[in-house]
Amino acid sequence: MLPPVFGVLFDGIAYGMLLFLLSVGLSVTLGLMNFVNLAHCAFAMVGGYVTALLVNRFGWSFFWTLPLAFIVPAVASIFFERLFYRRFYGKSDLAQVLLTIGIAFMSVATAAWFFGTTQQPITTPEFLRGSFQVMGLDIAPYRLFLILVGAAITLALVVGLEYTRFGAQVRAAVDNQRMASGLGINVERTFAITFAVGSGLAGLGGALAIDIVGLDPNFAITYLIYVLIVVAVGGLGSIAGSLAAAILIGISDIAGKYYVPQLGAFLIYLVMLAILMWRPSGLFGRR
Amino acid sequence: MSGSALATRGLNKSFGSLAVARDIALDLPVGRRYALIGPNGAGKTTLINLITGMLKPDAGEIMLGGEDITALEPQARVRKGLARTFQINTLFPGLNALEAVTLAVSERRGISNQFWRNIAEHREAIEEAHEILVKLRLGDACYQPTRELPYGRQRLLEIALALATRPKVLLLDEPAAGVPHEESGEIFEVVAGLSDQLTLLFIEHDMHVVFRFASHIIVLVGGAIYTEGTPAEIAADPGVREVYLGKRHHG
Amino acid sequence: MAVPTDTAAEPVRYLKSQTRWHWAETVFWLATLLPFYLAPDYLQLASQIAITALFALSLDLILGYAGIVSLGQAAFFGTAAYAAGIFSKMVWGEPFTGLLVGTAAAALVGYASSFVIARFRHLTLIMITLGLSLLLEQAANSAGWLTGGSDGLQGIEIWPLFGAFPFDLWGYTAYAYSLVVLFVVFLCARRLINSPFGLALRGIRENAVRMPAVGAPSRKHIRTIYTLSAAIAGLAGALLAQTTQTVALDALGFQRSADVLVMVVLGGTGRLYGGIVGAVVYMIAHDQLSGMAPQYWYFWIGLLLVVVVMFLPNGILGGLSAAANWLHERWSSK
Repeated sequence: MLPPVFGVLFDGIAYGMLLFLLSVGLSVTLGLMNFVNLAHCAFAMVGGYVTALLVNRFGWSFFWTLPLAFIVPAVASIFFERLFYRRFYGKSDLAQVLLTIGIAFMSVATAAWFFGTTQQPITTPEFLRGSFQVMGLDIAPYRLFLILVGAAITLALVVGLEYTRFGAQVRAAVDNQRMASGLGINVERTFAITFAVGSGLAGLGGALAIDIVGLDPNFAITYLIYVLIVVAVGGLGSIAGSLAAAILIGISDIAGKYYVPQLGAFLIYLVMLAILMWRPSGLFGRR
Repeated sequence: MSGSALATRGLNKSFGSLAVARDIALDLPVGRRYALIGPNGAGKTTLINLITGMLKPDAGEIMLGGEDITALEPQARVRKGLARTFQINTLFPGLNALEAVTLAVSERRGISNQFWRNIAEHREAIEEAHEILVKLRLGDACYQPTRELPYGRQRLLEIALALATRPKVLLLDEPAAGVPHEESGEIFEVVAGLSDQLTLLFIEHDMHVVFRFASHIIVLVGGAIYTEGTPAEIAADPGVREVYLGKRHHG
Repeated sequence: MAVPTDTAAEPVRYLKSQTRWHWAETVFWLATLLPFYLAPDYLQLASQIAITALFALSLDLILGYAGIVSLGQAAFFGTAAYAAGIFSKMVWGEPFTGLLVGTAAAALVGYASSFVIARFRHLTLIMITLGLSLLLEQAANSAGWLTGGSDGLQGIEIWPLFGAFPFDLWGYTAYAYSLVVLFVVFLCARRLINSPFGLALRGIRENAVRMPAVGAPSRKHIRTIYTLSAAIAGLAGALLAQTTQTVALDALGFQRSADVLVMVVLGGTGRLYGGIVGAVVYMIAHDQLSGMAPQYWYFWIGLLLVVVVMFLPNGILGGLSAAANWLHERWSSK
């Protein structure tokens, strides 16, 4: 019989994987272009609603909606990047914060208009529901699924970054933008693609989140805060950082709520403040 | 021997495997004009950043007027009399020249923490600021926002801001960088007109300027001092010509 | 534009003229008295507007003048609100001492956090300001025995001002009280902005990198203004607790910090009146459209933010000033 702490760890890692999917895009684009995109979770929300719509209204199977939960926000983000974000590269933090928060607010209202303010129900495939017992712990297959997806995406990202030419371009641009463009790398195109991939991953995260934390129009703002915490703690432009921070935050949150429920989310804010004061650029950040 | 205005010993700095400063030892006597030259990427601006404290060295000491300032914060070094200008204009775009220099003067006079008196009541500070601006030929443009000033004037403002701190040692990072040739003369006349008591170290690429103003030249290559000497010695040194003068077109 | 000649008295006179009291300002402050005569049914709203304007002023001091982007200004507002409320329940309901206690509590939190704030920039800074306010909100939620938790702080009773003017339902006392505090603080802030310290703050905003190079102890300046800003935000929070006689968790929440940021940006940062104008416009619009569901309200706010940041980056006052300049140029060129 395993003590409950393992259950907490398992749930924490699963939650962390979710946070990772939601955050990795923002971390890389922030590190790449220094653009503070507070509308990032709006794209996550889009992914969630795509899945909810396809499953609930059109009867699709959950799995088949996931690629679309990735693609739709990715395409939408290209549209936003061209129309709005492009004009704000290099502008002040405040200007970027205001633009993207404005877009996030509007997305909340738009979601409420189309889908109402209640939580979206979701029917996951049969074999992912419920839970089974392993050494005295309650293991939910859905959470296991989350961990596997998270691990697979991490692997794909790492392989992509290390072994593809596009990945090399991204790494160069994150490291030193001016030198990268001097070397002939089309930084703008690199950014646009990275941004799309990041938003797509967020959308995937949003879809996967429905069964864990629910989906309502406020998702774009509520989860933004968690995502920002993960990005700040992990360090900008770092996949490893996002993963480490996401799992740390995930475990802290679950552990906090399990062991000291009256403190609620207090623990993760404390963890964030402590880490930022110790390492202001985040765990794996540069500068 | 006249006092040492600025000296460094064994200054070292690396970024990972890239050494940007290797065992740099300088000694500038009071009142002299030293030029720092070298090819791009030699570490000249890095050296200035190390001396002013914007960058922390991995090893070494920095002495200002015989006093060890290695552990001091940048603003503390300024208060001890070490000032610098930036190669790329680092000014206050929304402030006009008068406000900018008055700000620097107020900081020096230690009155910038007074938040209950109107700035206009500090006549002496304002007049001092205005005098500096007039001396640098910016008197008539001092009410215009900095961002509206022509580039050459902005470079002069760079120097004005540094002078407002009443430095004993002034580090000029390519003072005429980006200024068209016809206007750069004005900048160097101003530099030439600076007090004898002020020790200057300036980074420069234009060898005419270097030979005209410098009494001593230090050549920096790959983060280390390649050689140093009088202008005549440097001009005659074939190694210098090869390592630097031959690359002038790429500078 | 006449170019002044090189006399020493001229620059002093120029700087003095930049800080002179403008007739439009007198008109504005006289206009704040109008609600007593023209809209006596709305004095409660007017007092809330004055309080929010004070809160916005506190944010403008760090945002518009020192360039610190804070998403957590509500931390100080809410701390003071709770402190003043709890003080009135546990000690006594005298308003001025309550105000002092609330402000002191906020100033203390501000002072402590200023040491952290001054060391960071960009995202780290934003996250620290946000994190602090979220932390305090959670703490207030958990400490229900002290704060009333999610039900809010009830049972606050404030004694009449000077023993003679009770805080009634009509809001005469509330508005007079809030307005006077706003005006006095405004005068102090105006003095501060026009002082050498104010100039140093603008220097930090305009180019934080250059400041140490001119010998400025930027971090010390930032700690000072951040503490002052926290105190003023606290003053507003304490006023809220006293005039509405309730305090809820939303006084510490993200929404409150975001709202006040919108107001300052809407009015125009770095102009001292921007926060006040923004607060007036925002609150009146919110009151008029109060039937609207909150998410739709935030749609318009979101749209407003995007429009302002794209087309009117200096807010309403910036737009008005640009329009005035344009008109002035057309007139003088005739």
